[in-house]
Amino acid sequence: MQELKQVPKACDACGSCSAGDRIVPMRRIEGSDYVIALAGNPNTGKSTVFNALTGMRQHVGNWAGKTVVREEGAYKFRDKTYRLVDLPGTYSLLSNSVDEEIARDFVLFGRPDCTVVVVDATALERNLALVLQILEITDRVVVALNLMDEAERHGIKIDDRALARDLGVPVVPMSARSKKGLLELAATVADVVEGQVALRPHRIAHLDPELDKAVVSLVREIEKEHPGIQNARWIALRLLEGDVGVENELRSGTLGKPVHGTLSLAGGQ
Amino acid sequence: MAVDGILQAAAQYRQSLGGRVHEAIVERTFEEAERIAERAVVREGEARKFALDLALDRVLTSRVWGLPVMGLMLAAVLWITVTGANVPSAMLNDLLIGQGHPWLLSMFGSMGSPSWVTGFFVDGVYLATAWVISVMLPPMAIFFPLFTLLEDYGYLPRVSFNLDRAFRWAGAEGKQSLTMMMGFGCNAAGIVSTRIISSPRERLIAILTNNFSICNGRWPTLILIGTIFVAATAPPAFAGLVAAGSVLVIAVLGVLMTLLVSRVLSRTILKGEPSHFSLELPPYRPPQIGKVIVRSVFDRTLIVLWRAVVMAAPAGALIWITSNIIVGGDSLAGHFVGWLDPFGVALGLNGVILAAYVFAIPANEIIVPTILMLTLNVARSTMAQQGVMLELDQTATRDVLVNHGGWTLLTGVNLMLFSLLHNPCSTTLMTIYKETKSWKWTLWSALMPIGIGFAVCGLVALVWRLVT
Repeated sequence: MQELKQVPKACDACGSCSAGDRIVPMRRIEGSDYVIALAGNPNTGKSTVFNALTGMRQHVGNWAGKTVVREEGAYKFRDKTYRLVDLPGTYSLLSNSVDEEIARDFVLFGRPDCTVVVVDATALERNLALVLQILEITDRVVVALNLMDEAERHGIKIDDRALARDLGVPVVPMSARSKKGLLELAATVADVVEGQVALRPHRIAHLDPELDKAVVSLVREIEKEHPGIQNARWIALRLLEGDVGVENELRSGTLGKPVHGTLSLAGGQ
Repeated sequence: MAVDGILQAAAQYRQSLGGRVHEAIVERTFEEAERIAERAVVREGEARKFALDLALDRVLTSRVWGLPVMGLMLAAVLWITVTGANVPSAMLNDLLIGQGHPWLLSMFGSMGSPSWVTGFFVDGVYLATAWVISVMLPPMAIFFPLFTLLEDYGYLPRVSFNLDRAFRWAGAEGKQSLTMMMGFGCNAAGIVSTRIISSPRERLIAILTNNFSICNGRWPTLILIGTIFVAATAPPAFAGLVAAGSVLVIAVLGVLMTLLVSRVLSRTILKGEPSHFSLELPPYRPPQIGKVIVRSVFDRTLIVLWRAVVMAAPAGALIWITSNIIVGGDSLAGHFVGWLDPFGVALGLNGVILAAYVFAIPANEIIVPTILMLTLNVARSTMAQQGVMLELDQTATRDVLVNHGGWTLLTGVNLMLFSLLHNPCSTTLMTIYKETKSWKWTLWSALMPIGIGFAVCGLVALVWRLVT
C-alpha cells in the first residue's frame, strides 16, 4: 500500500492533521456530537469498516445482503464522539424492498452529519450509481474506496484524485480488512462535519427541459405543503417516476417530519 | 387536500412526459457512473483478472457439477465434525460427569444438604448443564468454524445460484435461497434476513419455510442421534460416514421440504408469479482463518452453548421437580408422559420425546438432554440408584435410550425427522410475529411444520411396522 501514503488526503490541506490522531472505539453510545451513516452496495465491506471504527464484532459475511437491519456503534476521534449507523447494503435508493427503504429513509430523514459511501474498488462503475443517487440527496458525503488491496491483486489501479474531482466530494482509498486507510477516513469525516472541506457534489443534469419545468413546479408545491422540507427536488423526481412509497409517505405526512434521533432503535438480530 | 393536488399534478406531468421518467433518470445515472468510472480506473494486466475465480466458478456453479460438489462439501464438513468431535466429547464427559458429578455429590453430602437440594441442583441443574456442554460443545466448535470458512470464502451465494432454478420452480424468489442459508445458522436470523425479498408474498413464503433449514440448535441433536442410532447399524469402519450421511439426508430433505412447501403455498394461499432478481457473485476472498475461528467460536459456538445452558438449567430443574411431585401414584412428569405416550408411539416416537419437545419450546438445543432426563426420571425407581446418570457418554446414552426408553432404530430415525419437522423455537416465533405483525401467520408457521412432522413420522412408522 505504498501508493496510499503518497496520495494527498483531504486533511493535509487543512493542516490540522497530527500524528497523534487515534480512533477510539466506544463501548456505549451515549450522547454523540455527530451522526455518520454508512451506506454502500452489498458486499463492499461496510460491516468491516463499521467494526474497525467502532470495535464491535458484528458478523461479517462474504455475500450480498448480510446486513438487513441497521446496526449502530460509536467511536471517538479528536475529542468528538461519532455515532456510526451501518445501513443495509443496497444497489439503489429506490425503496424496492424493506432493506432499501431502511437505507434510503435514514439518508433522507435521519439527516446524518455525513454519509460515508463504501465503494468496491474492483467494481467502481456499478458502485458509483449509488454514490450519485446519494449525492442527489445530500452534500456531506465521503467516498470510502474500499478493497484497494483486492483491486491491486487483480491489477486494477484507480486515480482517486480524479474520482474525487469528478464527484466533488472527498475520496479515501482504503483496505478495511487490513485496517489501512481508517485514520484517513476518520480524519476526512471529521473535516467534512466541521465544514473544513469544500463540497461540490456532482448533480446529474437531466437535459429534458420539460422534465426540468415539472420538477421546478412540483418543488414549489411540495415546499408550500411542507415548509422547510429538505430534498424537495429529490421528492419531486420520485413523484414524477411514480414511486408509490414516496407517494404514500407524502400522503401520510412522514416525509415532512425530520426523524433525526427517533430512528435510533439499534437493530439487533 | 393539498397533498392530493401535488400527487395529481405529478401524475399529469408524468403522463405528458411519456411515462419514461424513471427509465430516463436511471439511464442518466448509469451513464454518468460509467463516464466517471472510466476516467478514474486505470486497468492493468486485464488477462489475469479474476482468472482463478472464473475457473472455480466454472465448477462450483456448473449445471452438472454445482449440486454434487455442494453435497460433497456439506458431507465432508459433517464427516469431519462427527469423527472429530468424538475424542474431545468423551474427555469433557469424563471430566464433567464422570468426575465432576460424584465430586459435587460428595461436596453437597459433606455439607449436610438435604437430599431434595442435592437432587435439585446436582441431579437436575448440574447434570443437564454438564451434558449440554460435553455433548454439544465439541461438534459446534468444529462445525461452525468450517461453515464460517465457506461463508467467508464466498461460497454461500454460489449455493444460491445453484438453487435459483429450483426456487423458480417453487414459485418463490431466488433470494429465498440466501435466507434459507441464513436459516442454517439460526432461523430467527434467517427470518430477519428475508427483508431482502421485495415482494410481500414471496417474503411470507420465505418466512413460513425458513424453519425447514436445520438451525444451530438442531445440528447437534441430529449429529448425536445419527451417530448413536443410525451409524450403529453399519460396520464400525463406516460408522462416521454413515452418521454424516444420515445428517446430510435430513439437511437435504429440509431443502426439498422448503421447495415443496414453497410451491404448494405459492399455488394455494399465497398465489402469484415469481419476480426476477439479480444475484451478485462476490469474488472469492481468502478467508482470514484466525479471525474466522475466533469469530465463529465467540459469535456462534459460545452464544448457542450459552443459550443451551441457560435453557437447560431451568429445564433440568423443572423436570426434576415435576418428576418428584407424586400425585396419585405417579409423578407429574410421569402423568404427562403417559398421557402423550399412545400418540407418540403411533408416530414411531414416544411420550417422552413429545413431552421433551414441549419442555424445549424455548430452545431446540436442549432436546436430547431433556429426553434423557425424562427417560431417567420417569423410570426413576429402578434407575437413579443404579447410577446410570454418572456416565452418559455416547454408548451409555444409547443404552439408556434403548434399555430404559425402549428406543429402536425407528425411534432414532423418526426423532431425526421430527427434529426437522416441528414448530420453530419461541425466539423464532417471536421474530416471525415482529416481521409479519400477524398472529395468523405466526400461528401458521408453528402449526404447519408440526402437522407435516406428525404426518411424515406417522407414515414412516406405519410403513416401517408393515415391513418389519
